[in-house]
This record gives sequence, structure tokens and C-alpha cells, in this order.
Amino acid sequence: MTRISHEILEQNRAARDLVLVGLQTRGVHLARRIAENISRIEGFSPTVGSLDPRLWRDDPDVASGQPLQPSDIPDGVTDKPVVIVDDVLYTGRTVRAAMEALLDFGRASRIQLAVLVDRGHRELPIRPDFIGKNIPTARDERVQVSLLETDSGDSVTLRRDQ
Amino acid sequence: MTTTVTPSTESGIASTRKNLIDIDDLTREEILEILDSAEGMLEIASRDVRKTPALRGKTIITMFFENSTRTRVSFEQAGKILGADVINVTASASSVSKGESLLNTVKTLQAMQVDALVVRHPHSGAPYFIAKHADAAVVNAGDGTHAHPTQSLLDLFTVHQHVGDLAGKKVALAGDILYSRVARSDIHAFQKLGAEVSIACPNTLLPNEWKPGTRLDESSGFGGVNIAKSVDEAVDGADVVMALRIQKERQDAGHLPSMREYSDRWGINSKRMALANSDALLMHPGPMNEGVEISTDVAHGAQSVVEEQVMNGVAVRMAVLYTLCAPGRSSRLNGSSDEVA
Amino acid sequence: MTNKRKLAVTGGRVIDPGQGIDKTADVLIVDGKIEDIVDAGGSYADYEIIDATGKVVTPGFVDLHTHLREPGQEWKETIATGTQAAAQGGFTTVCAMPNTDPVQDSASVIEDVLRKANSEGAVRVLTIGAITVGQQGKQLSPMGELADAGVIGFSDDGNPVNDANLMRQALAYSVDLGLPIINHAEDKKIRGNGVMAAGEVATRLGLAGAPAEAETAMVARDLHLADLTGAQLHVPHISTIGSLVALRSAKECGVNVTAEVTPHHITLSDRWVYGERGDVPEVVGLDAYDTNTKVNPPLRNVSDRDAMVEGLAEGLIDIIRPTTRPTLRPTKYVLMTRRHMGSTFSRLRLRKSLRTRPETSSD
Repeated sequence: MTRISHEILEQNRAARDLVLVGLQTRGVHLARRIAENISRIEGFSPTVGSLDPRLWRDDPDVASGQPLQPSDIPDGVTDKPVVIVDDVLYTGRTVRAAMEALLDFGRASRIQLAVLVDRGHRELPIRPDFIGKNIPTARDERVQVSLLETDSGDSVTLRRDQ
Repeated sequence: MTTTVTPSTESGIASTRKNLIDIDDLTREEILEILDSAEGMLEIASRDVRKTPALRGKTIITMFFENSTRTRVSFEQAGKILGADVINVTASASSVSKGESLLNTVKTLQAMQVDALVVRHPHSGAPYFIAKHADAAVVNAGDGTHAHPTQSLLDLFTVHQHVGDLAGKKVALAGDILYSRVARSDIHAFQKLGAEVSIACPNTLLPNEWKPGTRLDESSGFGGVNIAKSVDEAVDGADVVMALRIQKERQDAGHLPSMREYSDRWGINSKRMALANSDALLMHPGPMNEGVEISTDVAHGAQSVVEEQVMNGVAVRMAVLYTLCAPGRSSRLNGSSDEVA
Repeated sequence: MTNKRKLAVTGGRVIDPGQGIDKTADVLIVDGKIEDIVDAGGSYADYEIIDATGKVVTPGFVDLHTHLREPGQEWKETIATGTQAAAQGGFTTVCAMPNTDPVQDSASVIEDVLRKANSEGAVRVLTIGAITVGQQGKQLSPMGELADAGVIGFSDDGNPVNDANLMRQALAYSVDLGLPIINHAEDKKIRGNGVMAAGEVATRLGLAGAPAEAETAMVARDLHLADLTGAQLHVPHISTIGSLVALRSAKECGVNVTAEVTPHHITLSDRWVYGERGDVPEVVGLDAYDTNTKVNPPLRNVSDRDAMVEGLAEGLIDIIRPTTRPTLRPTKYVLMTRRHMGSTFSRLRLRKSLRTRPETSSD
């Protein structure tokens, strides 16, 4: 996470109006961690927002069991650099939905993508700018990310679906 | 933040329900699921750009056989924010008063591939009839004196936003119970979430077998409701006070001597609100008859959340429409679920 | 030499409550009259044989309350079709209600009906005259003239006689004629908009309920007036406990009254409106608001229904009358109108616990 935080800073020339937008629940916590890191490194705290792209998806997942979360991006994104933060990048559909949802909050000057894990199998032309780790997987495997904030600890688990 | 939800099935409400006709059909878990989604929907409905493509390409028809601007607009807005095409059909119940015509209307719409029918009808039971003959999801926007499920859901949501868990909270409903579908749905809804419900109104506006000063038992279908002897008794110590409309027709039908007598003896005014808890919520499904069932100062007072109810109505209806109409519903009904990424 | 027509109906279960017969037997009919009822198994050389094995043989039923719709509404029914339907249901006598157009409130209309019945009717037709002119409840019809024309009783069909004094006068007047008054006892104001019986089911379904007292109050009134005048009263379609209690008291006091009940009021209850064949569902399903259950008087509570069964068993209620033309409009949907013909099926079902006594109102 620290490395990613540095990379983000470099690529954005330490822009003070940087906005980190976390996706779903875990992306938000990751975004906050990055913001804390940046605050330690550079002394300023970038804005952290949350976004639930559920209603912009092109695939049905109402059955995911998670209720729709409210989104919150304080002060919008118009003319600001945005980094979307998520835990796992897989087909890329979530990120596509997130970008479209983000448009309703304003016209960002640029949008980048930071993910903790890239497990491959992209179905859309989406590529991450900042990657925690590449973990090649088979389609029948699941990547489970646990975070201290939401689960019992920090870990990434690879599991095979039965 | 939100109460823990354990959906009854892995995929929750969307995979088991086609219609929403009566709040009594829903389990506690299903209700909580809708309330949780409504929170997210509320945020979207409050943005500058209020639009999502979630129900893009879906057709929702509002069929209102009874006049109602507010409810219809609420549903229309809910559908439109979700990106659906919303078509409003108004028909007078008398012109479609014969069963054949109603049937024909429904069959015709059916042939045009409608995804959802939002129906308001002056006769109890109409949505059941429509649901039997239509493949579309049927959402009851109020049928006769029977039910108004989305109203009770938005009432629940409003209270939930303020007090969180409703278990053990005291809710007082005052007004025309006999003719009120909102009363019936609210009684079911609040009880399902564990609240203690009391109702208060003149004896002439109670179903004949409900006696003041008693508590209904399970066999009535409204088990646990306390029928207060006076509105003061119901409001005493309440966390929520809901005032229901009294219509002039009741006086004409001989149920009440006058509106003034009702307002004196049963109306919600500041003196009565003082009996409730200091942070009690004052609610009304609208439209309000100020001076009759609710005094003007209370209606616009600090405890009144009536305006919130309106906005919450859109959010709750978005949650309901999304749950019933979202793409992939048919595959969900077959039990499959997709991996999220 | 004329050959008398000889018919033998053989091997059936012959039931004639009037003679206390219930056995497997052969019925011998000569020249249109029943000659003998003998134990089954005989052989009848020159008789036409109708094999009734496995079937029930009874005297023809009497339908006390038929709507032949002629004159005036021949598109709905005619004397010809109505009587044919009756015959198919096992009814050999029908009593034609006066709600024709013009109303059966004058001798000429009665004569018309009887003449038509004679030439086109498939069964015997008796007529019922209106109590009031045009069934409007304002002025007595020429009851004497109607009696002369052959009516067997008076009724305003589905219109209750609201004016208590007029009802009293009608009863008093009928004493001279020795004919019964049949009043549809229903206080429409108490009933209000009720589309089903008031009670838990109506409350739960949000349907306007008709309290039992809409019937009971007027039945009680009629019984007292019958007592006052010494007239013969017939209470149609009794359905509430309150009515039954008043009836018992009246009969004990010697009031000349008979009462009838419909098959559905001794079998169904208001729970049938849930559409679950009488069960109370946990969650109201799509079959609820079943339009088939809307009748007048409405299907009552279970305790009323049970009381009607007992009342019939003890002879307090004299007659089962089949329903003809129940209106099926629960909430102004006219989905269909139906006609039940022949309550034979229901009588057989109840046979074990009940006596049935088909009876004409003139007996």
C-alpha cells in the first residue's frame, strides 16, 4: 500500500486537489489508507470519496446480498484528478460502471485506477495504473481480500470454487 | 450504521417475489433489505444529476384508477431516476368498472411487454386480479381500503433513519382506521419490525369487532395491536405519532357528528404531542387536513418529518422497483448468481 | 283400445321423505301416475324400463324462487329455457318470481305467464305476485286480483319492504287470502356498501362488510308483524344466528312462519373469499377476493353457517332452496353471472345429517 501511495503521488505531481474514490466497502477502506499514507509522506490529506457503482453495471447482481450503499464524494470531481481504488480487478466491469457513475459527479481532469490485486481475465479494455500485486488465477478460483477494518485481519486468499 | 441483515435466502427478496401487493407478504428480513437499499437510493435521488442506467430499457406503467398526484409522481420519478421508461395511464374506475374491460386492459398491456405495473385502484383486491392475469411485476400503489405497502415502507424508512432499530418503540396511529389502507399497512409494517403499535379513533371508525381498550390477538391478522380508549392514551410516551386523514365523507355517512368534534377529541395538536416523548416523530401520509386530524402548528413544527416522508417515498419506491424489475430477474429466479468483479 | 303407458324405474335408491321411504326399490308408473313402489329386483313384462341402478330416485323438487325473466328480459331467460333448465336439475315445479317487466302485479301479467308456461313450459309453473305495485314498496298491489289469477304467494323478490307499516298491512291483507308473504329481509342502510359479511375476513381484506344485523333486524321485525297480524310469513334465505334465534322464538309462540336456507349458507363461510376453499391463509394469495363468493345474503361467519346446519337438522328451517342467479360482483367487476341449478348434489351430500323436505309454499 505504501508503494502504491508513493506511485500515486509521483504520477499526480502531488496535486492538492487529488480525489481518491473507493469502490464498494473494501475499496473505501483502501482509499483511506492511501490517504493516510499520503498525509504522512506529503503532509496533505487528499479527499476520500466512496462510490457504489451497482446501478451502473451491465450485468445483474442484485442478488449479491449487499444492499445498495450511498455514495459520497465531497465537493465533486470537476477538474480534479481522480484515482479509483478497488480491492480486486477482474473482468473490469465494476470499474467501467464506476467511471460512468463518476461522470454524474462532474468532469474529472483525469481518472486513474489503483487496485490491490489484479487477477487477470479482463473482458473490457480497462487497465490499472497502480497495482498492489498481480495474481494470475483460473476462472473457477475466487480471490478473497480481508481487511482489518471489515474482516478479521489483512490477507488475500485464493480459493477454488467447488 | 445499518441493522444487520440476514436475508432469508442467499439472494433475498428479488429471487422470491414477483409482486408487491401487501406489506403483510414480506418477511422482516425482506423489509430490512428494502430499507437498506433505500438508503443508497436516497443518496442518488438527492444528487444534482439524478440518473442511473439501472432500469434502462424497462417499461413501467402507472395505472391509476383513482386520483393521486403525489403518489403517482413519486413512482414516476423513482422509475425515471432508475432510467426506466415510465408511462402514466389514468382511467376512471367507472369506465373500467366491468371485469371484462379491466381484464382486457391488462391483457393488452401484457402484450406490449411491460415490466412493471404500478396500480392504484379504489377497489380492494384489484392488484391481485391484475397480478393473476399479467406477467409484469405488480406494485400496489393503494387498493381500496386494503393496503398501501410502499407508503408503509417509506414510513418505516423515515422512522428508521431517525431512531435506528424499531424494536420496542411505541407507535401511535390516530385517525380513520376503518377506511384507511395506510393504517392497515402501517400496523403490519411496524409490528413486523418489532414496534408496539397503538391505534386511536372514534368507535365508529373501527371495524366492528375491534373494541376500544383491548389488544387484538393473532387470529385477527393484526395481532398485538393495542386499541386505545383515547388518543391521549395512545400518544402517551409514544416515539412516533402518525396522524391519518379524516375525510368529510365520514361525516356524511354518519360516522362522525362533525369535523370539529373529531378535531377536539381526537386531533393531534401540540397539547397531545406534549404527551409523547420529547424526541417523538410526527408523521402524516398526506395530504393533510390541517385543523382536522392535525393542527397547523404541529404539522409544521419541529417534530414533524412529513416533508422527509415525501423524499423518502421516492427512495423507497426506487428500491422496490429496482428489486422487482432489475435486469436478470428471470435468471435470479432460477437460482443462479454471478460473481462480482 | 287405448294402451296405458307403463314405466318402471328400476334399481334406484328411492327416497321420499314424505312417506319415510329410503330404500332400493322399483317405481311403477302407469299413465302418468305412480302406481306402486316395490322392492327392487322384479321383472316387468310390458313396462318400459328405465334402469336407475346407482342413482337416486326422488319426487321432483320444487324451486321456490325462480326467475323466468319473461315477460321483459327474454334475452336473459325465457319460460321455455328456464323450465328446461329446471327440469335438468330435477325440479318439476318452479315458482316464478314477480320481477319481470312488467312486474307480476296484475292479473293480466299472471295470466300471460301461466298461458306461456302451459304451452312452452317444460315443468309446472306456479306464480308469485308482487307485494307492492311495481315492487316499489309504496303501495299494495291488487293482491286479491292476483290471488284469483292463481298466485301461490307474494313477494317483492330482492326488494325488501322497508316501510314497516306497509309490511304490516300486506301481512294483514294476506290473511283473507290465505297466502304467504315472502319478504327479502335486508335493511340496505345497515348493510351500506358491504360486499361480504362483516368480520375478520372483511377487515383483513379491506372489503366493506355487511353486518349480520342488516338481515336479523328485519327478520325480527317481520316475525313480530306476522305475530301481530296472524299472517303466514315465509323467510327466504335465512343466514344469521340472530335470525334463527328470532325464528325459534316465533315458532314457539305459534307464529305461522316457514323459513328456507340456501345450499351455500349451510356449506360455505366468509373464509371462502380468501380463495383457499375455506382455509385461512397465512398470507393472502392471488386467489383471494374470489368473485364466485359474492352472494346476497353474503356468506356468513363459520358460527352462522354451523347454526344454519343445526337449524335445518332440527327442522327449524323447513326448506333448502337452490340459488338461482347469484350476483357475482365483489367490487363492481362483473366477471360473470352464474346460475346454479339443481341442489340435488348438495342434498345428497347432506343426506346423512339432515332431513330434507321439499315443500311448496302453499302447503
